[in-house]
Amino acid sequence: MKSFTYERPNTPAEAAAAVARTPNAKFIAGGTNLLDLMKLQIETPTHLVDVNGLNLDKVEATPEGGLRIGALVRNTDLAADPRVWKDYGVLSRALLAGASGQLRNKATTAGNLLQRTRCPYFYDTAQACNKRQPGSGCSALDGVSRSLAVIGSSETCIATHPGDMAVAMRVLDATVETVDAKGGERRIPIAEFHRLPGDRSEVDTTLKLGELITAVTLPKPVAGTHIYRKVRDRASYAYALVSVAAILGKDGSGHVAFGGVAHKPWRVEAAEADLPHGAKAVTAKAFAGAKPTEDNAYKLKLAERTLAAALNQARA
Amino acid sequence: MKFDTPAGQNPIDQLKVVGKPTDRIDGKYKTTGMAPYAYERHDVATNQAYGYVLGAGIAKGRVRRIDMTAAKRAPGVLGIVTTLDHPRMERGMMNAAFLFGGDEVQHYHQAIAVVVAETFEQARAAAFLVKVDYDSKPGKFDLAAEAKGAKPVPGDSGEGSGGNGEERVGDFEGAFAQAPVQFDETYSTADESHAMMEPHATIAAWDGDKVTLWTSNQMIAWGHGSLAKILGVPKENVRLDSPYVGGGFGGKLFVRADAVLAALAAKAVRRPVKVALTRPLVMNNTTHRPATIQRVRIGATKDGIITAIAHESTSGNLPDGDPETAVSQTKLLYAGANRLTAMKLAHLDLPEGNAMRAPGEAPGLMVLEVAMDEMAEKLGMDPVEFRIRNDTQVDPQDPKRPFSHRDLVGCLRLGAEKFGWSKRNAKPGQVRDGQWLVGIGMAAAFRNNMVMKSGARVRLAADGTVTVETDMTDIGTGSYTIIAQTAAEMMGVSLDKVAVRLGDSSFPVSSGSGGQFGGNSSTAGVYAACVKLREAVAQRLGINSADAVFADGQVRAGNRAAPLGEAARQGEVTAEDTIEFGDISKKQQQSTFGAHFVEVGVDAYTGETRVRRMLAVCAAGRILNPKSARSQVIGGMVMGTGAALMEELAVDTKRGFFANHDLAGYEVPVHADIPHQEVVFLDEVDPMSSPMKAKGVGELGICGVGAAVANAVYNATGIRVRDYPITLDKLLDRMPDAA
Repeated sequence: MKSFTYERPNTPAEAAAAVARTPNAKFIAGGTNLLDLMKLQIETPTHLVDVNGLNLDKVEATPEGGLRIGALVRNTDLAADPRVWKDYGVLSRALLAGASGQLRNKATTAGNLLQRTRCPYFYDTAQACNKRQPGSGCSALDGVSRSLAVIGSSETCIATHPGDMAVAMRVLDATVETVDAKGGERRIPIAEFHRLPGDRSEVDTTLKLGELITAVTLPKPVAGTHIYRKVRDRASYAYALVSVAAILGKDGSGHVAFGGVAHKPWRVEAAEADLPHGAKAVTAKAFAGAKPTEDNAYKLKLAERTLAAALNQARA
Repeated sequence: MKFDTPAGQNPIDQLKVVGKPTDRIDGKYKTTGMAPYAYERHDVATNQAYGYVLGAGIAKGRVRRIDMTAAKRAPGVLGIVTTLDHPRMERGMMNAAFLFGGDEVQHYHQAIAVVVAETFEQARAAAFLVKVDYDSKPGKFDLAAEAKGAKPVPGDSGEGSGGNGEERVGDFEGAFAQAPVQFDETYSTADESHAMMEPHATIAAWDGDKVTLWTSNQMIAWGHGSLAKILGVPKENVRLDSPYVGGGFGGKLFVRADAVLAALAAKAVRRPVKVALTRPLVMNNTTHRPATIQRVRIGATKDGIITAIAHESTSGNLPDGDPETAVSQTKLLYAGANRLTAMKLAHLDLPEGNAMRAPGEAPGLMVLEVAMDEMAEKLGMDPVEFRIRNDTQVDPQDPKRPFSHRDLVGCLRLGAEKFGWSKRNAKPGQVRDGQWLVGIGMAAAFRNNMVMKSGARVRLAADGTVTVETDMTDIGTGSYTIIAQTAAEMMGVSLDKVAVRLGDSSFPVSSGSGGQFGGNSSTAGVYAACVKLREAVAQRLGINSADAVFADGQVRAGNRAAPLGEAARQGEVTAEDTIEFGDISKKQQQSTFGAHFVEVGVDAYTGETRVRRMLAVCAAGRILNPKSARSQVIGGMVMGTGAALMEELAVDTKRGFFANHDLAGYEVPVHADIPHQEVVFLDEVDPMSSPMKAKGVGELGICGVGAAVANAVYNATGIRVRDYPITLDKLLDRMPDAA
């Protein structure tokens, strides 16, 4: 780990200003991803701004009938919140499908959104990776890619967003609230929060320099069966090969987002109208233009079949 | 003590202590963090510095230049030793790859430098500042592509399996061609990592020209000799100490870079240095179980008598490496007059392939026992009955040579009964439980029983306590406990009167831990030493040793009785002996047997396979401690489940390395993957194995279980996957619509 300096500001705006004015600074909350990456020198911040003391750890009702989740609400607490449990089951289920109990105790809502890819080449500093070292190339393109993206990828990167929580938030139409160095606030729809790699795969999100997530808001609850189906090689403690976050009615109508398939949670609203017609019709549209590798082409069929399982569950 | 005739009645047969399901005596230390592993031996040497090993970033070629300018100036750095500073160093026992020295890179993450600093973090940070220039050369990394050029080779796993490149009995080709029912399929198994919890780790300290290594090693005597050779130091100047080993599974049979670099670094910086390999280095710097491509052909009569059986396996390795001995069990498991087994080896420039738990048998049975399931179906026979019909009580390659004791049939029948095998629907894809397609499968388990020379020293103190010293290791298997049980039984004392000290190269040389030979062999060595101690005690007490009865802390002969400690009143009584096995194991074939039964559910939508029930019935001679033996078997069953369903070192065939080199990428089963496991041991003894009449169980549990899982997946789905592990992507294309 490289040496770094450290500070604990008093307000979100101060925190944002601290990161904005200090070259190569980063926020730290739970640290469950950042510290690992620092040990491996995949992330090499020289200054850490600790946001843990900023009182962003409440889950509150919004006037619109939704929920406002503080950026620092721990994954364990969020999954167990009675309002989330009751009205946003897809979110509880997604959270509990991720990581381990110990990690969920530490990991925060904002940090979960910002976790970085688990592409094996991102993790091996002897290998080319545009996301880790822009311009170095992508070893994954013709390397081991079974777990990697099948859609929305580019010539420079086929990494996935590895998380579960964001996929549920995508189907819930969450909004990410931020503050910047000047105290300016911004509301970013979750659909626009994570970006596709394009030719700048080192940039995971649309956050600006120093911009700090303060909360994630959820709109009014959506009725239907809330499903989070995570498919993986072992029963627990593994990243999704494919996941499906869905809110579905008895007739199959509703909303669906996919995880494990792209650089961001993957949702194609235009495909959702086909949900009552079955999984195949939906995934044909949602994954139109997919460019899988030989290793991960199975994910297309898997996405379809996993959605079929969700539809079956909703209809039961 | 020579052991060359079958064991008769002896004090172990009392079974007052031996044979009881005693808790592991090291268990409380391990569960409370009081058992220090190699890297945690903070008290053994003061002023320990930290070494961080840098692995090569290419798979093949040459190190041209190592620029240490920035690294040397980094905070806390005490020194850097690079591979260019040393001529290529000697290899230790069984090493195929060179561990250090010289400019040649044989494989990815080969150690090329160790950076030493005051703290681990400083050493690691400085290692990132070392700049290395390479001349990279193209290499061979793809087994499937190289298999055509593979050559027949003899090979030995060092753990009891192996043989000539090709072995024949009768006329396989002729008999196969004439067989009314023929089966011929090709399978593949993956490269696997030992993935033990404790990585390879060593603290080294020099005192003048003497060096001590506190390390984590399964085979102390091998390591001792190897390190002396590698370091160019007389053996008497090297000491190894390895009382606790956090898992090895064959990955710590041989000296690896941690020990060599700790010693070199300690010499260079003139301070004790500790080195642990990072997880990526465990996977790419050390050894792994090599992938195989295996072809099985079976010819049988219509009523299921095997007339011809052939098993051929191709694996790859570095030059000087051995083949994976995946055909070994096929020489012995089933009858059949015409036989062929063959191993071929391809040159690969991947990291070194070497022994991993049940080398040979684990991947060999993964294939053979699926082939048997396929053949049974082809014959329209029940798979259990097919195996029973082809049982043999003699070595099929040398029918004059019987098995010492073989009750495979007993395992199969009892297992079938306990598991409810008769309720199985032989037609696949018929049983559904909600979203799950449910199937059951079985396989035979088979693993040879090796015996190894093993020594021990036993000391009796005046307070009646007995101390055992041997360089045997406890790699999580229960060695401490069964050795204590053996000494307690022999000396007639309770377990709490016995202390066991292991893993020190200054102690008598034991069998070590590997090839499931450790339990039986090391306790037999303790038995031998205790026989001598009993004689010495009797002599001191002035009684005839033949009449002496050792029980309840007393020695009795006729009307005389004395506390055991009485014999040591004038000073400690010490005895040392080594059990040496004559050709008894050559005259008769010693093997262990079992039957695995598994129920799986396969998600009808996603193809995810989850195990629902497991049963193993094992026949392995006397079970010295049913509790620790059960732990060994269930651990093997977990590992075999991993091999069947998820474990695979993913080869980057362009760049030549295992890409998923951490425990997030290389998945092993977690608790949620493993359901209730039942283990039954047949009540038997094998007097040919040793005075203990015990055999190994450490590897029997992994043998065949993967095939039972695979056969259950077939029974559940009707899909036969022959490329392991059976991940869902291999099922999906053939799964019927689920909705």
